[in-house]
Amino acid sequence: MSTTDAPDQTESEGHAHPTPKQYVNIAIVLAVLTALEVSTYFLDFGTIAIPMLVVLMVVKFLYVAGWFMHLKFDSPIFSRLMYTGLAFALVLYAVMAIVTLFDHAPTI
Amino acid sequence: MSTDVATTTLGIDHRKLGMWTFLGSEFLFFGAFVSAYLLYLDTTAGGPGVEIFDIPFTSISSFVLLMSSLTMVLAHHAHTKGDMRRMRMWILATAGQGAVFLGGQVFEFNVFFREGLELSTSPFASSFYVLTGFHGLHVFVGILLLSSLYVLSLTGKIKPNQDVKTEMIGLYWHFVDIIWVVIFTVVYLIPEIAVIG
Repeated sequence: MSTTDAPDQTESEGHAHPTPKQYVNIAIVLAVLTALEVSTYFLDFGTIAIPMLVVLMVVKFLYVAGWFMHLKFDSPIFSRLMYTGLAFALVLYAVMAIVTLFDHAPTI
Repeated sequence: MSTDVATTTLGIDHRKLGMWTFLGSEFLFFGAFVSAYLLYLDTTAGGPGVEIFDIPFTSISSFVLLMSSLTMVLAHHAHTKGDMRRMRMWILATAGQGAVFLGGQVFEFNVFFREGLELSTSPFASSFYVLTGFHGLHVFVGILLLSSLYVLSLTGKIKPNQDVKTEMIGLYWHFVDIIWVVIFTVVYLIPEIAVIG
């Protein structure tokens, strides 16, 4: 088999995909954001450290999902499936947090 | 779209729809473990807590896993262009980075174990090992999938026009990466700052 056979028609044809250069640029952004995250361990950011980490995490998450997983370019149904799973996970955490709170509540 | 692949009534490749449904459920799966970890964060039962984490070491392995997403997406891109040689090269690079990450996790678990953080030491220890252990298992499965893709491509069983197969494994790999983005912040960095300061 030739190693560089040009496919007659690829299965994902029709979707606009980024170029390798764009992927590398996204990876550079992700690397910088990770460096910022790690800097919170070495530098004292005070009260903004945790909100900053949450924002950086969300931005990295969206970059990977949007660009590398192609959610920006694919059918919105895939995004909905992902966000449904995430929403259920957050609801689960909220329910567990409330139950735990009541478990530790002082009794009268 | 190749002729042997049925689309759903939504006009979407059924394999991709199936994969995204699976990944959606996986978010809930990991959400449950992250929730348990956060709720048991301060229940160390006198054993080691978050102060045991080696943030610089974990940062490096996190960076390696993050960059493996780049090589994975480049493998998929090469496959869409029919460049199977380059696709295989990126697949190997991705699997290699996954192996480095997994090696780091095994090393980290060994260190923690020797310092007294065992699976049954405390609710904190159990929730930490179950969460990060299941993630490691997902990375291991990802490496197996990547290796299969490499071999099948080498033997000609995966053809240049079948790039959705690489895309599917890529989706799984990026998911593993995206979960670690959350774990690295929520499990390692935030507790380290909140508890130790």
